[in-house]
Amino acid sequence: MGAEFVQFSLTPILIGVFSAIACALPGNFLILRRQALIGDAISHVVLPGIVVAFLVTGVVAAIPMLLGAAGAAIVAVILIEAVKRLGNIEPGAAMGVVFTAMFAAGVLILEQTDTSKVHLDVEHALMGNLESLIWFRAEGWHSLLDPAALATLPDELPRIAVVCAIVVALTLIFWRWLKIATFDEGFAQALGIPATALGFGLVVTAAVAAVAAFDAVGSIIVIAMFICPPAAARLMTNRLEHQIWWSAVFATLSAVLGYVFAGYGPLWFGAQNAVSAAGMIASVSGVILGLACLFAPHRNRVGVGKEEAA
Amino acid sequence: MNAFFEALILQAGYNAALVAVGAALLGFAAGSSGTFLFLRKRALVSDAVAHATLPGVALAFMLMVALGGDGRNLIGLLAGSAITAWIGLLLIEWISRRTRLAEDAAIGAVLGVFFGVGIVLLTIVQSMSAGRQAGLESFLLGSTAGMLFQDAVVIAVGGSLAVFATWLMRRPMTLVAFDSEYAAAMGYNVRRIDLLMMGLVLAVTVIGLKLVGLILIVAMLIIPAVTARFWTDRSGRVIWIAGTIGGLSGYLGAVLSASAPALPTGPIIVLVAAALFVLSLLLAPRRGVLAAVLRHRRFQRRVHRRQGLLALAARHAIRETYTLRLLTKEGLVRPDGVPTDIGRAQAAKVARDERRWDVAREIHQDAGLTGRYDGLTPIEEVFTADEIAEFDRRLGPPVAVGGA
Repeated sequence: MGAEFVQFSLTPILIGVFSAIACALPGNFLILRRQALIGDAISHVVLPGIVVAFLVTGVVAAIPMLLGAAGAAIVAVILIEAVKRLGNIEPGAAMGVVFTAMFAAGVLILEQTDTSKVHLDVEHALMGNLESLIWFRAEGWHSLLDPAALATLPDELPRIAVVCAIVVALTLIFWRWLKIATFDEGFAQALGIPATALGFGLVVTAAVAAVAAFDAVGSIIVIAMFICPPAAARLMTNRLEHQIWWSAVFATLSAVLGYVFAGYGPLWFGAQNAVSAAGMIASVSGVILGLACLFAPHRNRVGVGKEEAA
Repeated sequence: MNAFFEALILQAGYNAALVAVGAALLGFAAGSSGTFLFLRKRALVSDAVAHATLPGVALAFMLMVALGGDGRNLIGLLAGSAITAWIGLLLIEWISRRTRLAEDAAIGAVLGVFFGVGIVLLTIVQSMSAGRQAGLESFLLGSTAGMLFQDAVVIAVGGSLAVFATWLMRRPMTLVAFDSEYAAAMGYNVRRIDLLMMGLVLAVTVIGLKLVGLILIVAMLIIPAVTARFWTDRSGRVIWIAGTIGGLSGYLGAVLSASAPALPTGPIIVLVAAALFVLSLLLAPRRGVLAAVLRHRRFQRRVHRRQGLLALAARHAIRETYTLRLLTKEGLVRPDGVPTDIGRAQAAKVARDERRWDVAREIHQDAGLTGRYDGLTPIEEVFTADEIAEFDRRLGPPVAVGGA
């Protein structure tokens, strides 16, 4: 746990933890509102957003890409709603139509333009590249106090930290509204809470979290981060407050364990190379969810008899 | 353009023709077997199934290499992907049945986790035999360039079997899709039929993996079914229309992609399907947006015309411009709002019908008949001539309305 850890593992672990928490918080509400798969749709349309942002600006810079991805997510949400209303189509199918079409457009544009010189390829977008986010200048724990070294931290770390802080702040500010609107939308509207706008805001927040986390863990694995920790937390408790805490704990646990297993696990088995950290984080979150499904105290649906559930 | 037509009539070379036929067959199979998934409101299960194939591909590769074979044997890879996809399906079913989590959470969890596991395994494959793993990534986005005759045969045989099974099981699957509780009461095993339905989707996913990749095969399963739904209300026809739309997008997509460089087949096929979807959304005869707008306009016109005539009968001035324009165009009023003779006659008729309805509601207790009063339906369509004569007898002789 010395200099090498700070240099190679500290930043990826922190980025993983921040991404996981930033996704898990909105995920809690999405799951309770039965909109879990909106995360799926968002994560797929991030690709066309980034590609278009690259085409427009011509540079691989973080801010335009984040804006492009967030824009694509908002366009996708609007299109899904439009298809749902205009075509009278159920939400799942509307999502399926919109995000696959947008994803296909993204791949097409990517193939059409010569992006081979820049660091922008489909596999990276899908799988993430957590391992590459290392802190070159770090020489040990004391580097944390050295401004010169801190300035060379990978950009992704402050970015995801800020997004995570914003998500936490939004969750705290809108806590009562979110809670009421999630469980009883009609009651919320009767109280004068703008439930529709709140729902849209939740989706946009989720999109921003997905886009920021996308850098680190890739677009597909974001889905696991949206769903697995909150779903496992849902099985642990009947109180929303506790559920949020559980989901944050599970998210952190997945990120840390996932990174450690990916980086050091293969060495324990005598293999030479590390495996994909993003994939491993998703796998660990899946294992946690699996354990929760088997053993968590509140796993059963209300009204399911003991014998039937056994 | 010339290249496009050459490809369209399968003259752009052996490989292009092979891909076009293969894509059309795959599109047909995916469209028709995706139909019931859509009707059962489970379209996104196909997304989870598709992502859950990835670990299977990697595991099958590792196993085949460990046994000393060629890791890239297509049949072996497809078998592996089918196994993990099936495990994913069973997990979704188990989670949503046994825990309090909703099905969408189960779908998302399985999708993300299986894909994550798949990526971990892919990185292991990459490190264990560098150079020999070439091509496994192509399962992500598909690759048609290397399509062999053998692949086309796999698609043709597997696709036909899937379509045949869909056709064979259409009645129980329709029943389950529209009213699963009634199906259960009839003695059908709903759970088994659901699994069979998803198994068909799985089969199509697996055979389409190589061609369009695991992310875009989802589009081939969902979009044609949703598109077909615009054109008919009969489930039996949706299957065939969805198949046709899928086949058409596969064929056109493959042809387009063969006609120019840097047009990857998978995305083009999906975009053709999406274009067909948008066209149907706008233009479909009954469920389309255009039809809905026209229907609304027609209704609006009837309401305004009727209200305008009633106003004429009551000798009120019409100030609403749309109504005024409507009545002027029909020659019922002059531009200054004074009714013409025809207008007066029409107004008298409308006013009389309104009085007839009043009487009808008084003497008829039958809500099935009087309930059809909406201010628009002509009374002659609801009551017989004898009944109307009876209303008129109670109303007394006609009175002149509408001015001098």
